[in-house]
Amino acid sequence: MNEHLLSMHDLSATDVTRILDTAESFREVGTRVIKKVPALRGRTVVNFFLENSTRTRISFELAAKRLSADVINFSAGGSSVAKGESLKDTALTLQAMGADAIVIRHSSSGSPLQLTRWVDAHVLNAGDGTHEHPTQGLLDLYTMREKLGRIEGLRVGIVGDVLHSRVARSLSFGLVKMGAEVTLVGPPTLIPPDVSAWGVQVSYDIEGVLPKLDVCYVLRIQRERQRLEYFPSVREYARLFGITRDRVALMPEGGLIMHPGPMNRGVEIDSDVADLPRSVIEEQVTNGIAVRMALLFLLLGGGKGETA
Amino acid sequence: MKGPLLDADDVRRAITRIAHEILERDKGAEGVVLVGIADRGDDLAARLAREIRRIEGTDVPVGALDITFYRDDIGLKAEAPEVHETRIPFDVSGKVVVLVDDVLFTGRTIRSAMDALMDLGRPRKIQLAVLVDRGHRELPIRADFVGKNVPTGRADDVRVLVAELDGEDAVVVEGAR
Repeated sequence: MNEHLLSMHDLSATDVTRILDTAESFREVGTRVIKKVPALRGRTVVNFFLENSTRTRISFELAAKRLSADVINFSAGGSSVAKGESLKDTALTLQAMGADAIVIRHSSSGSPLQLTRWVDAHVLNAGDGTHEHPTQGLLDLYTMREKLGRIEGLRVGIVGDVLHSRVARSLSFGLVKMGAEVTLVGPPTLIPPDVSAWGVQVSYDIEGVLPKLDVCYVLRIQRERQRLEYFPSVREYARLFGITRDRVALMPEGGLIMHPGPMNRGVEIDSDVADLPRSVIEEQVTNGIAVRMALLFLLLGGGKGETA
Repeated sequence: MKGPLLDADDVRRAITRIAHEILERDKGAEGVVLVGIADRGDDLAARLAREIRRIEGTDVPVGALDITFYRDDIGLKAEAPEVHETRIPFDVSGKVVVLVDDVLFTGRTIRSAMDALMDLGRPRKIQLAVLVDRGHRELPIRADFVGKNVPTGRADDVRVLVAELDGEDAVVVEGAR
């Protein structure tokens, strides 16, 4: 394992497998009456969130607490960031207070990497701009492996606004690394121009792709993109790419529906589809805690900076 | 490397004897559960259960316990320790829990295992069965059932091989390098 978790891109297939295997043990801890182990007693984890987030922040907080670490939540509003303190000065302050790990979410791509140049703490990327969201990608891989028994050879469609989605990037890189077949589906304006380098296929026809999918991964459509003219109207998007009951019926038996949340019911995914048994959206959230526990444990559970 | 300290037959006899001792000490298999410490301890626990079934005709529940998250040396080694599966499909509260491990050495693993067990419930009693006790304790812990006491050097490497993982049953000692 590396010292930090900055991107899925940095991880080897062996790293990914080790993370998922470790997460399996933590999944079991989550089923106990006492859902807590003393593994990271006395360590301090700082949640440094400079962009809105509910599930990722809470998930990291729960993960750290279940490992018995001390957790500090820190967001832009109500902190000295609002007074204009620079990212560097804030980071050095956290460092001076003895943070062992900093979980950062920031609207600028690359800010977690920049942070590693300033602090000694382990840095975990909880989403940076339109770059990556590796913990989401890992929990998605975990959920697929748990539900379908493997990742290699799975056929996964990622549907929607791939262009602006750090989730789509982390997940695609992870899936390709682990030997799955990925097809990106969406309007041409929302497919990144550099996609030929990703090792994935592209389609603009959702109904042609669905019959060949083991997993249909639905991305959130941000309504503000419409104002920026990436697509003419939310209704048209829903008609062309929305995952409806009729479209789900095209998928093979046992195929999964996944979504990273928060959902726009009725836009990218119909309300009754989100509640189908084959939708594993809540399981994704539960698994997220175990995967983040595994990452904190693997990064903080070893000595820092030494090699075996 | 010398020959094995215990060969497959020795291991089998030791397990049979420990099974008898557990039944004698606990007056039968009533309320007894076996929890093996992963890895290898869980395989030995499964074998003890088979022996108890053969002798007494009773099925005792068997579980596997991973103690990684309870270790006292997390962060002291370069790499985070490898984790195994915990699989205890029964309630340990009110039971006589026999912890099973392959080698008893410093006692630190057993300390971790007892803490882990306490988080899972409140056993009536915890006992300890080990295939090999090699001495050099760092904590006030002793085993209730011992396959073989082996005097070793502190730096020796004592290894228990089990057929389930290693293809054969044996206990070998490799001298200090």
